[in-house]
Amino acid sequence: MESYFWLLSLLDSTLRLAAPLLLAALAGFYSERAGVVDIGLEGKMLMAAFAAATTAAFTGSALAGLLAAIGASLAMALLHGFACITHRGNQVVSGVALNIVAMGLTAVLGNAWFEMGGRTPNLPAAARFGEVTLPLAETLRNVPVLGSLYYELISGHNVLVYLALVLVPVTGWIAYRTRFGLRLRAVGENPAAVDTAGISVPALRYQAVLIAGLLCGIAGAYLSTAQGAGFQNNMTAGKGYLALAALILGKWKPVPTLAACLLFAAADALQTRLQGVVMPGIGEVPVQLIEALPYLLTVLLLAGFVGKAIPPKASGRPYVKER
Amino acid sequence: MHAVTVTPAPHSPPKSAHQWAVELVGIDKRFGPVHANKDVTLRFAPASIHGLVGENGAGKSTLMSILYGFYHADSGQILVRGREVEIKGSQDAIGLGIGMVHQHFMLVETFTVLENLLLGHEGGPLLAPAVARARREVEELERTFGLEVPLDALVADLPVGVQQRVEILKALYRGADVLILDEPTAVLSPPEVEQLFRILERLRAEGRTVVLITHKLKEIMAITDHVSVLRRGAVVAEFATAATSRQELADAMVGRKANLDVEKAPPQPGPVLLAADGVNVVDARGVTTLKNACLTVRAGEIVGVAGVAGNGQSELLEVLSGMRPFASGRVTIKGTALEPGGTYDPADARRRGVAHVPEDRLKLAVVKEFPAAQSAILGYHEEKGLARKWRLDWKRVTAKTAELMERFDVRPRDPALRTSLFSGGNQQKLVMAREMERDPDILLVGQPTRGVDIGAIAFIHKQLVALRDRGKAILLVSAELDEIMALSDRILVMCDGEIVGELSAAEATEGRIGSMMAGVAETATGSVSGEEQ
Repeated sequence: MESYFWLLSLLDSTLRLAAPLLLAALAGFYSERAGVVDIGLEGKMLMAAFAAATTAAFTGSALAGLLAAIGASLAMALLHGFACITHRGNQVVSGVALNIVAMGLTAVLGNAWFEMGGRTPNLPAAARFGEVTLPLAETLRNVPVLGSLYYELISGHNVLVYLALVLVPVTGWIAYRTRFGLRLRAVGENPAAVDTAGISVPALRYQAVLIAGLLCGIAGAYLSTAQGAGFQNNMTAGKGYLALAALILGKWKPVPTLAACLLFAAADALQTRLQGVVMPGIGEVPVQLIEALPYLLTVLLLAGFVGKAIPPKASGRPYVKER
Repeated sequence: MHAVTVTPAPHSPPKSAHQWAVELVGIDKRFGPVHANKDVTLRFAPASIHGLVGENGAGKSTLMSILYGFYHADSGQILVRGREVEIKGSQDAIGLGIGMVHQHFMLVETFTVLENLLLGHEGGPLLAPAVARARREVEELERTFGLEVPLDALVADLPVGVQQRVEILKALYRGADVLILDEPTAVLSPPEVEQLFRILERLRAEGRTVVLITHKLKEIMAITDHVSVLRRGAVVAEFATAATSRQELADAMVGRKANLDVEKAPPQPGPVLLAADGVNVVDARGVTTLKNACLTVRAGEIVGVAGVAGNGQSELLEVLSGMRPFASGRVTIKGTALEPGGTYDPADARRRGVAHVPEDRLKLAVVKEFPAAQSAILGYHEEKGLARKWRLDWKRVTAKTAELMERFDVRPRDPALRTSLFSGGNQQKLVMAREMERDPDILLVGQPTRGVDIGAIAFIHKQLVALRDRGKAILLVSAELDEIMALSDRILVMCDGEIVGELSAAEATEGRIGSMMAGVAETATGSVSGEEQ
């Protein structure tokens, strides 16, 4: 029974850790399926996290923080679009530039405004996204196995976790069942086909990039006002890149991407639980090795354990009308 | 979304409604210093097939791109069914019933045929109802025009000829009354060309207007009703097809007497210089792309390799030139046998007297961004006289290039000009010059006249025949059957990675080669081809 609860709590924190990855990976999904490589997921998330924490600190409202986060992330996304779509710049360079800007700007502004070494003030519970207890969770709590599963694992997350999970089928539906999705996937494969069908390639790509901005904004707000209680320097710590890896591992499809996010999050959750554990024959496993686990996993999986990942054909290539 | 006209339009007496389906009047277009279209006036009759010919860069594609809304004319008018219209983009052109089948297909390969047809004409935010409606309408169109296409197949899985039918169907589904086809036969095998022509005739019979852009005069003669000739951006001649001839069209295209035939003496074959025996090539996916290739090329003969692109000819050239290793078999060069896994590579090939003019000029033969002089020494840059120890002697390189340009009539004669700024024909002449300059015993040539204008074609052909007459062995791979038949002393036909047959120049007819290319067992009649003239 104890190991059952250990497993439940592991899965529980897996969900919590997976939510921001998932939001960012879905952001990447929209952008990359439209043919715009988005290595700037990290920067957008970081900027959004900072905007959310700052706004929530001043206003005391988590919702205001979320809106600010989305606004900041959208602004970054627009910049990316302006560079890559309007001016056909190199998408990777633009994304990296955004990441650097976000890292520097959040640190400088944070220090100037709060003088706490880049951190923002600790947020009170009211300025954060609290846990939601689902209906009947308390009543069913003591029902063996299923009741506790519902109470421990399904119920008791903040609203953004549920949003992230719901967005997976929603994204799948949009991409494969709607006109917008058809055009989105087409413009990432062969923008010339979209253009000759009389549809604007830049307009479609801007829409995709802005959706990515919206989702990164939510992911950032999650980090600083739901999972954490304030902003810390570089608090994304590579989650944007990990989300990108999950997208590639998931072969640019929503459900496999969810699976990849859960896998990475599980490795992360396991990592904290494995610290200090003595392994037979090895002794105590070094913390550094355990902390490297999710990343090692990524490298190994991407190195070819999952078969070839074929990106959208026009991904990374600016569209230029040919003669 | 506008409706799809499925019922045959009442076009029978075309004069009654409007005399012309489309009129382009006084179209003028410049791209910077390039005057792409000069005061072009063209009129396309309804229910007809109108040919548009001209050399590369004559302005055919620009003109049609203006009609399809890709570009804006600087001046001039466009009239559709007698009414002046403004076409700001492809959407406007589609709305006016103008459809275009581009040379490079505008298809999303990872989509099904039906999804490709739907794109841009979904008719609502959700796909499910659109798919159902499109399926009904498209099946109706398929019946009307005899266009058989598997609607649920992925485009990537379809052969090129079928992909082209998808493009035609797409235009029709979007309501095209006027259909422009840009070099549609470039990628097709002769039987597929025949099928395409049947479809075009069906379109004409149903009252649609077809504009056929091509540089193949034989096709113009075979299928069009009217033909317009463009040269340097202007219309220089217009004919009723029945009242003209290939020679007349060719002369109009180049602006002088064009020599369509290759003059050559009977071959004087010498010893075997190049041989392949049971050569197999396996690619990275593990697919055998060249199967049991056996061939010989003698001194003083041209051996042509015919086949639809992608049937192993490229692999054959790559193996023989040292670019690609072979898995098994044996290649013999001037009596020296090479085994699989040896050290044969392009540099080694050159040392052994094998020169190679690759199929894909811009990818494999030149560096677009280099000045001509640098492109003209690629592969020979370590030669004495050009290199001094580890550095290049640019003066000599430039002088050498200038000399090559003179001898091979490369225009403009400017060794410092960027390679990409030369026309296709002149780039090719530069490559031919580079490879022939060292007097190789064996010359491998791929697509020597792809994207090359008529004047340069004659020159290149003459050079190849001259090399043969000097006792060299030439292996010629070309997608142009005419070229193969004009130059070769013997013809090998490839299909699906195999050499499926060999014909002597005397017994080769387009029909026989065509059916072998298509993998059809040879029939006595050779009924596949549309031979005319």
